Amino acid sequence: MTPAVHRVVERREETRDVTTLMLEPVEGPRLAFRPGQFNMLTAFGVGEVAISVSGAPREEGPLRHTVRDVGAVSHALCQRQVGDLVGVRGPFGSDWRVSPDCAPGPILDVHDVVVIAGGIGLAPLRGAVHELVARSHETGGRVFVLVGARDPSQVVYHDDLEAWDREGAVVLVTVDRGTPEWRGRVGLVTALLADAGFDPSSTAALICGPEIMMRFSARALVDSGVDASRILVSLERNMQCGLGWCGHCQLGPFLLCRDGPVVPYSGVVSTLLNERER
Amino acid sequence: MTTSMAEILAAHPLVAGLSGDGVALLVGCAKNVVFAPGDLLIIEGAPADTFYLVRRGHVAIEVHAPGRGGIVIETVGPGAVVGWSWLVPPYQWTFDARATDDVGAIAIDGACLRAKALSDPAFGYALLTKVSTELLARLQATRLRLLDLYADRDER
Amino acid sequence: MSTTTPPPSEVSLRRGDVVRLWPEGLDGLIGVLRDMGYDVKGPTVRDGAIVPGRLDGAHDLPVGWRDEQSPGRYAVHWANDELAFSWAVGPGSWKAEFFPAAQVQWHAERHGDTYRFNESVESLRPLAIVGARPCELAALDVLDRVLRDGALPDPRYVARRDGAFVVVVECARPASTCFCSSMGAGPGIEGGFDLALTELSDADGHRYLVRIGSERGALAIARVDHEQGLDVDRAARVIQLDASVVGMTRQLETDGLAELLVRNQENPRWLDVAERCLSCANCTLVCPTCFCSDVHDTTDVTGAVTRNRTWSSCFDLDHSFLHGGPVRASSSSRYRQWMTHKLSTWWDQFDTSGCVGCGRCITWCPVGIDITDEAKAIGRSDRALAVGRSR
Repeated sequence: MTPAVHRVVERREETRDVTTLMLEPVEGPRLAFRPGQFNMLTAFGVGEVAISVSGAPREEGPLRHTVRDVGAVSHALCQRQVGDLVGVRGPFGSDWRVSPDCAPGPILDVHDVVVIAGGIGLAPLRGAVHELVARSHETGGRVFVLVGARDPSQVVYHDDLEAWDREGAVVLVTVDRGTPEWRGRVGLVTALLADAGFDPSSTAALICGPEIMMRFSARALVDSGVDASRILVSLERNMQCGLGWCGHCQLGPFLLCRDGPVVPYSGVVSTLLNERER
Repeated sequence: MTTSMAEILAAHPLVAGLSGDGVALLVGCAKNVVFAPGDLLIIEGAPADTFYLVRRGHVAIEVHAPGRGGIVIETVGPGAVVGWSWLVPPYQWTFDARATDDVGAIAIDGACLRAKALSDPAFGYALLTKVSTELLARLQATRLRLLDLYADRDER
Repeated sequence: MSTTTPPPSEVSLRRGDVVRLWPEGLDGLIGVLRDMGYDVKGPTVRDGAIVPGRLDGAHDLPVGWRDEQSPGRYAVHWANDELAFSWAVGPGSWKAEFFPAAQVQWHAERHGDTYRFNESVESLRPLAIVGARPCELAALDVLDRVLRDGALPDPRYVARRDGAFVVVVECARPASTCFCSSMGAGPGIEGGFDLALTELSDADGHRYLVRIGSERGALAIARVDHEQGLDVDRAARVIQLDASVVGMTRQLETDGLAELLVRNQENPRWLDVAERCLSCANCTLVCPTCFCSDVHDTTDVTGAVTRNRTWSSCFDLDHSFLHGGPVRASSSSRYRQWMTHKLSTWWDQFDTSGCVGCGRCITWCPVGIDITDEAKAIGRSDRALAVGRSR
């Protein structure tokens, strides 16, 4: 499966090591996707890496990916300038099940949706929050966006956070390390749960971030009374093909490119997240 | 309609679940207080005589450093307990605690509460269990933050 | 009782028919398959091992050769008789014919201000395998579920696999490392082949019982000298297969095995096996079902890009690399991943075991780690946790 050649039409430096690339196909229409899915992005001559789509289906314009510079390929992608070419294969994998064309997910029969993002974990959730905020205007449900970051400089998508807040979502941000200028909260992201004021008996949750953070966030939600079957998490492993062939994204019973990245927290996942890989 | 101190106390996580008698013992040591943004609830090195149950607003636990002002270690909000050093000798505060917005809290006289716990060990044990629950949650959250979860592996 | 062979043109053979073939007939079959356009391959003796190779005739088969296998040990020797299939599987599996160890996925050249891709699936002569073992067909069935039967099939695998003609030969002389009978993958076989041979040698002579499994199999046999199948051959086959099963001393208890491994992820036995395991990846390279691959790009001075796929192994440190380091850095977690996947989570992913009992991983492990022993050890220490030592 060959990549579709895309051109960078805009880039935004979100933080010191995080860049958002806006891509338009050289030929043909924008790829259709559902929030939570990922694409395989090729930096030609360097390699290919799995990056979640951070756009929203109902958002006009180019295809949006936010890349953290953590390896050779992601570094090359972050260096791409406007006009440069990037290959895109996808979309692959499961999604947050929030858009109207999705199979019914846990958000459908609840009043409140809690979205918990750790660091760059907000990227795969961004499209979902867009959908949820728009949907809340139709259903009257509430959306809570809880964001944890290492320090204030690592908080991404400030414009979106402000827009969601204006549009009625409860947006709370906390950082592990404050700065003299930081007027917001300092502490673990789970500490925000007490402040959010959602109704645990009618709440679904979408979580993405470092695995430890997802594990403890999911447990805190369950402890507060949220039904574990209504919690979705997005898992990550090495991915090289996106097609279920290469075997790198093994995690217990899952091939994460095929069965994930978004999986329900209840059942096998809660056990897997406690398994010790080292 | 006024809400009694007992009702206010019983709504706070530290007190919720204690017996009516226990709540009554607490009432005798408690009073309602408010703080404006920037007010210090607790000052490092001062005698740890009064601690706070936050009802609304947020409190930053801080430590000050020359040239850097107050470094915020953690921010706590409604339902939190501010101050633990009243529990154990030498009853002296370790950090500052500063209101970051309008704060409503219940101030509790630590010496008063210790005396009641001593004279009623069952109440004392129940109280200490509640305090330990809150402390443990804070300890666990602090441990997780020590991991520096969001950092690159090579930054940790 | 003996029958004369009617001229091939008058024979009407069908799928399900049984015939007798003399050794010359097998030689003839290889020629017929070549005439039918197949690239004919089969077991050959090369570099001191029985491995897949090209067949020009029956003389290229390991006629008169035997193998000796045990944990960490493999050798062939010359027995100087007429038997062509009196050995068990060697280090090379047929996997490599359908899923080559290195393969180009695509090539892209700069074209104006974009790239132009060439993803052509090479057109190869279809492959005929003469002398695959039942466990190897079972292994191809497992691979099919990974690379052919999913939502996104691998076109190169499908192209090679779908046209392939398979002559399977049942096992009369399993190695000490074989345990296919535990996995339901041998030593006999009942379907999934074009032709199935059973090599017989007794008072009635050296001959083959041939069962026809497809219409094209019938067409091929019709073109070689053959005789009608005889009850005496059928009976001889049953006796021989029974003897093979009895002779297979290694066994793997599969009842409850998938659940056993999943609930024993913290069993200290994984640390024990890690003390022996070299993480050399031999087991995964000889395994006929291991399918992991790496994808990597190369570029040249013109800016052209080639995407390559090569076999990889879950024993490689980089296999689980996730921004900054491997998820499975220790030998114990990698061995645990391999064995748990093979025998347990493969079921979740592909609705089959990933193991066919060919025993290659036992023979070719340089330190002789035995997957059946490891499974037994986990079973014996079910739900064990490491215990603190008293001082």
